[in-house]
Amino acid sequence: MSQIVAASPHVTTKNSTAVIMRDVLIALAPAVIAGCVVFGLRALLVVAVTTAACVFFEWGFEKLCHTPSSISDLSAAVTGVLLAMNLPVSIPLWQAVFGALVAMVAVKGLFGGIGKNFANPAITARIVMFLAFSKTMTAWVFPDAVSTATPLAMMASGESVDYLTLLLGNHGGCLGETSALALLIGFAYLLIRGVISWHTPVCFVGTVFVMSLILGQDAVGQILSGGLMLGAIFMATDYSTTPSTNWGRVLFGIGAGLLTVLIRFYGAYAEGVSFAILFMNILTPYLSKWTETKPFGGVAA
Amino acid sequence: MKRYLHGIHVAGHKSTAQMSAVKLPLPDSVVIPMAMHIGAPAKPVVKVGDYVKTGQLIGEPGGFVSAPIYASVSGTVKKIGEMLGSNGRMMQTVEIESDGLDARWEGIQPPKLETMQDFLDAVRASGLVGLGGAGFPTVVKLTVKNLDQIKCVIINGAECEPYITSDTRAMIDYSFDVIAGCRLLQKFLKVPRIVFGIEDNKPECIERYRELVSHEQNMEVMSLKAMYPQGGEKVLIYHVTGEKVPEGKLPLDVGAVVLNCTTISSIARYCRTGLPLVKKCVTVDGSAVKNPMNVLVPIGMRMKDVFEATGGFKEEPKMVLYGGPMMGIAVPDLEQPILKNTNAILAFGEAEATPPEPTACIKCGKCIAHCPLSLMPCEMETAYKKGNIERLMHLKVNLCMECGCCSFICPAHRPLVQTNKLAKAQVMAYKNALKAKAEAEKAKLEAEKQKEAAK
Repeated sequence: MSQIVAASPHVTTKNSTAVIMRDVLIALAPAVIAGCVVFGLRALLVVAVTTAACVFFEWGFEKLCHTPSSISDLSAAVTGVLLAMNLPVSIPLWQAVFGALVAMVAVKGLFGGIGKNFANPAITARIVMFLAFSKTMTAWVFPDAVSTATPLAMMASGESVDYLTLLLGNHGGCLGETSALALLIGFAYLLIRGVISWHTPVCFVGTVFVMSLILGQDAVGQILSGGLMLGAIFMATDYSTTPSTNWGRVLFGIGAGLLTVLIRFYGAYAEGVSFAILFMNILTPYLSKWTETKPFGGVAA
Repeated sequence: MKRYLHGIHVAGHKSTAQMSAVKLPLPDSVVIPMAMHIGAPAKPVVKVGDYVKTGQLIGEPGGFVSAPIYASVSGTVKKIGEMLGSNGRMMQTVEIESDGLDARWEGIQPPKLETMQDFLDAVRASGLVGLGGAGFPTVVKLTVKNLDQIKCVIINGAECEPYITSDTRAMIDYSFDVIAGCRLLQKFLKVPRIVFGIEDNKPECIERYRELVSHEQNMEVMSLKAMYPQGGEKVLIYHVTGEKVPEGKLPLDVGAVVLNCTTISSIARYCRTGLPLVKKCVTVDGSAVKNPMNVLVPIGMRMKDVFEATGGFKEEPKMVLYGGPMMGIAVPDLEQPILKNTNAILAFGEAEATPPEPTACIKCGKCIAHCPLSLMPCEMETAYKKGNIERLMHLKVNLCMECGCCSFICPAHRPLVQTNKLAKAQVMAYKNALKAKAEAEKAKLEAEKQKEAAK
């Protein structure tokens, strides 16, 4: 009778990377459905194309590198869905596929794959596409056929916005960002499942709210529009590109909130969430370093 | 502000909690190691062919931090040999062939207790070691320079490891001895405060002890949240007294002494009867075990004999542990004997014994969020892999108590605490090397000086 000998502990959680990523996909489902309701079935097509492309590029890149395939951990699928959420529904499909290539190969694969990339793949791909395909990336589709501007643009030009419309998502914007309500349902699910902590989203949205109030803007309208909810809940909580300590997450949220407000109110662009998150991604190693935990009973050397 | 330290919630599996210990039939022979405690091994004082009786001394302490060892059955000494212990070191053993009588040694009589020294001598003679698992000789814990140092004795009834219920049974079945032991501490060590720390998943124990302490002076019961590692010494001290044991210091430095509930009841039993620790209540459980139960067995009984006497296995055991699944030690074979500090033996089938493959760290930070001592296991793993000893020291890997919360909670199933153990050894070796180098330099300087002087 031969026995297996190993160092303790001899039990582990049933949780795994794949379970976490599956939970993120479940949490994204309400927003995907909202996108389909608001923008029609082409939204689903864009999601399907970017997801398939991301999984394919991850698989292909790992094949080329002769490294074990990691597509079964579902992280590539999450990036795919997130990328689609950040695109206008009318995006040409080949451009969406190009975005997937940037996300999976340039941002993730070349830096060592899951857990090693320093920038959020979906955010970075969105920014690259925004600069490369400015026209199609801002070709908003307006579900009500009356509006001619996104809520952020409307607020910037002094018009008022309807909060209920912002909550439900029946307005122009990227296909996954319009319904704040659907995104908040996903947020609640992620919190209940313990996938993310509240720190970053609450500090991020809270900072935008407070700064908008201080600067005399429509604070409720600001936090409900643009990519803020999507970014704060799903992008600024990406594990490998944000701090892993709670205080680090607080700083990340506040920093991203401040940058978003700066860009929205004083920048050339109407929206600044993705730039804010990318900038904070770059600061993350320092945020982690500054917020190292204090060992219990530790004495300074 | 007092707050709770982090930890994990792990399935309890305490199905044996309602079962009092069953006395198993004696095995044909027992094999008693001379090293069942932290410190110097005991030295055998018997030779092959000697007839010994239960409770008779067979190994005398090998130093101050050591413990005497007694025969757990009556019979003939068959062999004085060596065996590979579960810690990977060879240990000397005394094998006794049982005559089946379990005849008690005539020399056993209750110790004379008049002074504090009498009491400490009795604890030393009882051979008791920390029965919670660490196996530190109890008398060393209780020997203090100055009695004022002990502000609070905490009786550890947390029993936070899954499966194990032997402490629960000791608290219920030997509550008389537990309280008697506490009275001895009050009488001889003038302990001003005794706190029973019991997890709230044992309401029966909490209720019973609330009732018992209501008739006592300066004893109290503290109901603690059921979480792992509630019974860890530093965690328990913090939750009971609010004091942090600083790095490099002992619990006594913050006025606390932690004693396991079975240890205190064994002290009382020895003082009452003079019979040293020769039988042990052990939980036998695990997915491969046919009849999970608590058993009373002689120290030195082989695991295979214990499992067999409880009815054997329902599937082939693939992993057998001393202690619980969080900190228990996996044994290479079932010849390993029950030790003084064995509180459970668990056997698991294939499914539980095969750990999941580790995947890449996704930096989720769960290991940080769940570390009771606020360490950063994922950072330590990176530093260890890079061989960055300075960073390991900065991250205080030496404080890690090896509870295993990080490895348990890691969704990537990375061997974090296992890496910490290696890193701790590396840091220790590095510090020792530095010290040796400094000493060598000092000696060289000294020699040069002398040479100079000789000129």
